[in-house]
Amino acid sequence: MAGSSSSPGLVDTLLQRSLDDLIKALRSHPAGEPSIISRALEEIRREIRSTDPDTKSVALQKLTYLSSLHSIDMSWASFHAVELLPSTSLSLKRLAYLAASLSFHPSSDLLLLTTNQLRKDLSPSSPSPILSLALEFLSVAASPDLARDLTPEIHSLLSSPKPPIRAKAAAAALRVFTRCPDSVRIAFKRLVDNLDPSSDPRVISSAVGVFCELSASDPKPFLPLAPEFYRLLVNSKNNWVLIKVLKLFARLAPLEPRLANRIVDPICEHLRRSNAKSLVLECIHTVAVSLADYDHAVRLAVDKMREFLSCDDDPNLRYLGLHALSMLGPRHSWAVEENKQVIIKSLNDPDPNIRREALHLIMGMLFDSNVVEISMLLVSFASKLTPNPEFCNEILGAVLLACGRNVYELVMDFDWYVTLLGEMARNPHCAKGEEIERQLVDIGLRVKDARSELVRVVRDLLIDPALLGNPSIHRILSASAWVSGEYVEFSRNPLEVLEALLQPRTNLLPTSVRAVYMQAVFKVLTFCFCSYLESLDDGQILSSLGNTISGDGCQEESDAATVRFVTNDNTMVGSVDDDGATDCMPGSLMGSVKLNGPFTHESILYMLNLIETSLAPLSECGEVEVQDRSRGILCLIHMLREFQVLNCNEEALRKDCRVIEIANLMTGVFSQELGPISASAQKRVSVPDGLILKDNLADLTAVLGEEVEVSGSVTTSFFHRNHHHVETGDESKTSTESTSLLSEHRKRHELYYLPAEKDEIQSNDYPPANDPQLPVSQGGASEDLVEFTDQPFLSRQTKPTKPRPVVVKLDDGDVQHNSAPRPTVDLKDDLLSGAVRDVLFGNEDKPKQSQMRSSKSQRRKKDPLTSVESASHLKESVNFVHVEHGSSSSKSSRRHSHSTEKQSSPGGSMDKEERSHKNSMNSHHHHRKNKHRQREDVLSNLVPHTPVIQDFLL
Amino acid sequence: MIRAVIVMSTQGKPRLTKFYDFQTPEKQQELIRMVYGVLCNRPENVSNFIKADDIFGPDSKLVYKNLATLYFVFVFDSSENELAMLDLIQVFVETLDRCFKNVCELDVVFNFNKMHTILNEVILGGQVLETSSEEVMKAIEEISRLENKLESVALKSSGEDFVGAIGVVLNNVAF
Repeated sequence: MAGSSSSPGLVDTLLQRSLDDLIKALRSHPAGEPSIISRALEEIRREIRSTDPDTKSVALQKLTYLSSLHSIDMSWASFHAVELLPSTSLSLKRLAYLAASLSFHPSSDLLLLTTNQLRKDLSPSSPSPILSLALEFLSVAASPDLARDLTPEIHSLLSSPKPPIRAKAAAAALRVFTRCPDSVRIAFKRLVDNLDPSSDPRVISSAVGVFCELSASDPKPFLPLAPEFYRLLVNSKNNWVLIKVLKLFARLAPLEPRLANRIVDPICEHLRRSNAKSLVLECIHTVAVSLADYDHAVRLAVDKMREFLSCDDDPNLRYLGLHALSMLGPRHSWAVEENKQVIIKSLNDPDPNIRREALHLIMGMLFDSNVVEISMLLVSFASKLTPNPEFCNEILGAVLLACGRNVYELVMDFDWYVTLLGEMARNPHCAKGEEIERQLVDIGLRVKDARSELVRVVRDLLIDPALLGNPSIHRILSASAWVSGEYVEFSRNPLEVLEALLQPRTNLLPTSVRAVYMQAVFKVLTFCFCSYLESLDDGQILSSLGNTISGDGCQEESDAATVRFVTNDNTMVGSVDDDGATDCMPGSLMGSVKLNGPFTHESILYMLNLIETSLAPLSECGEVEVQDRSRGILCLIHMLREFQVLNCNEEALRKDCRVIEIANLMTGVFSQELGPISASAQKRVSVPDGLILKDNLADLTAVLGEEVEVSGSVTTSFFHRNHHHVETGDESKTSTESTSLLSEHRKRHELYYLPAEKDEIQSNDYPPANDPQLPVSQGGASEDLVEFTDQPFLSRQTKPTKPRPVVVKLDDGDVQHNSAPRPTVDLKDDLLSGAVRDVLFGNEDKPKQSQMRSSKSQRRKKDPLTSVESASHLKESVNFVHVEHGSSSSKSSRRHSHSTEKQSSPGGSMDKEERSHKNSMNSHHHHRKNKHRQREDVLSNLVPHTPVIQDFLL
Repeated sequence: MIRAVIVMSTQGKPRLTKFYDFQTPEKQQELIRMVYGVLCNRPENVSNFIKADDIFGPDSKLVYKNLATLYFVFVFDSSENELAMLDLIQVFVETLDRCFKNVCELDVVFNFNKMHTILNEVILGGQVLETSSEEVMKAIEEISRLENKLESVALKSSGEDFVGAIGVVLNNVAF
């Protein structure tokens, strides 16, 4: 049986399932997809090894399908695709190329095996479909090696007599150029020739597209081509070409001031004449980006934008119109002003893109004069966006960002702003808790004048039991608790705050926030107790209370208070259970003990009882932080109760020095003012002698491992009051020693600190802030919007009613660095633009090619060619070219042979060059070849960066 | 530059995918899923452009068109004009329509190779090549003409082998 060895292949061939069979199977059992695919893969693995090309190709086709649409890895089958590439049958070849271009990794070794076949298929005599296949493959999968090896083929195809092939060769050249910058030296000129207006529009379009793409990272080397582009801009009738040319000019114009002057008229012409919206849009973009100085062009562009904006039936045009408007930027704010009505209405558009652009535009128009109206409008608008929480938060985020920018640069009236923050917190969809939390604390630290209003705002938030049920604002409540504890002296009714902090619904809070609440309770208690003692000292209270309270009476009083508290507590708990939570505001509940101003003996006792009752259960809490704090407070209360005097006579109390001592101690704990601390404070501290920072602390973690872990589990931001070292900026400047200790301490206990702030404090005496009640806008969203459109964005308001309070800032450059780091041009791009520059600025060196060829064999040996190697190799060769050129041409070029940038040639010689260039311009059309030669000669005397080409345009 | 072309059903099943920068199959799947996640949440009658920076990296947008049960998605960067890309989708769909005579999703499903062939005539290496569906049709016809020509040559030479092979199989079965 001689045929038996080949028969399995034949059986496979006859019974092989086609791609259609596979697709049908997949479609008929959508649920069993994985099993069908794995069975198919098994078949494919067998079939693809077949010696019969048809069987192999069908298997490859099925695999390609599965890989492309079902994400099956097919890298293992790459070799089989390579095997089929040389097929004489076009259909097999097509399958092989499809598989290869969809699946080949550009760094695959197998690509080297395709080189010869590609060279064959790319020969100018191949039929178009085969050329197309090879070019398509090259345009997607070319590796640097492949690109280098096939550059000559691309070079010859760029002048192919068939326009579609030339267009494809141009598109493929893009890949070849980017993969192998050296190839620019060989093929670039041919590509430039394809820009000739007599070429087929497809070829021009493709070539311009490649230039547009190449100029994206570094447009500078393309300046010499400006005349060609200009000719296209004026003469071409093809919108695709015009769009790409406009993109190119948008990049080139900022580099060459005289260019703008030249192109502004043709662009305006296109703006006026063209019916193609895409072209009009591109003109608008170009004007916005590069021609913003030409008022008539901007005027025209804005008119076109307005046409876009008024297309009610086409959301695309409205969106793009708004987008273009925002590109004009603040320089032409009148354009936004003009279209204000549309923009504001767009906030209500069903299209999220349009809403977002409108919001962006509005935020771009924010000035200190209108920030109040716009922000209030937006926040109240956001609160009505119930069906769209996402956009609502986008608005809130935008307002927070705009107002918080650059340490609240725009905000003149902080009382207003903290009220606004409170309003935002009450938005039921608010998900910006973290940012609001940060700003509440930050303003507290930075703006002394705002503290009283801040305390009022957070008090409203704290006493509202309904808010406790919304987890997304727990962070805000945490900040509120901290603020009300830290600045309790501004509180009108500390007792009320205390009750809010201890209300039963606080058990809904996460423990980390509860711990903050407790610390705040501690601060409030301390404040109340101490101010009570102070008031005793002043003796004012004695006269009023001394008569009524004496000995036993006092005891009774205190009992009564306890009893009353207990009953009230019960009713409160009861009403919460009845879900009448909103009715039982702790403040109103304790009407009888309502306090404004100095504390009475009675109220202090009530306070102690209240704390004791509320915190007692928490001393058993599982969360250490909460347990710790509650026990600390309870201990303090216990200690205070130890003194019998507290329960009897005020006179005695006043004289008891132990109580005074405790009071002083407690005040001392909290008396130092907190301020923002520079993020770079740590760096400014010199390490004291004898302190070894790099000591290995591994042992320490071994010993303390558990404890460290436990404390690490509690993440809170506000506990730094326990540590006494927080300093103001003034001090930190003078005493580096203590700062270093502080920083050291901070470093270790980072957890317990506020996130480091950017600015320092400047102590000053602030005038007390006013207390404006800003009207909260009412009414339907759309009404508001319409109403607002009557007001101009740019209303230069009357002078603010009061001076802006001092906002604490640092002077050591801690301002946020808004400027993004300059994008680093990567090596490839650098090489590429270098090569383009060489070609366009006149290094037409034939030797380059031979050099490249000879280097090929070397490169192949060290196969994983590192980019560094190739880079250095290339740099050398570039230098080589320069030197060579210098020696062969005039002396002056030697002077510039190594200078690549930023030298300017003397003006006299420049003039001469310009004149000679104009001559060359006249004979331009007749001597295309000559032109390059001439330009090169001229350029050899000039520095590459002073583009001679400007002269064509003048 | 055009970075990718994706045709997918409104159920999120990919029907045609072409990435002009290499992506591994897993990455492709992830990208397609993310694109679908964005598309299926778009309300009707809104603009067709979406900023896609968080899917395809910085400076990328996508334009989509929903036709019957299919989404046509082009991903592109700032070197392309938005409205031109929308037009290009139209060109592509028109060509499909000419090619398949009233194209429907099934045509797209069962003509994997042909879809790619058409796409390659419209876009090459991320660059727009051809914007006239007529020219694309011409190129497609030329391919099939050449294919037939080469096929008939190949058949003549291999036809006898095939008959012989069948004979061997039949012999094996007989014995």
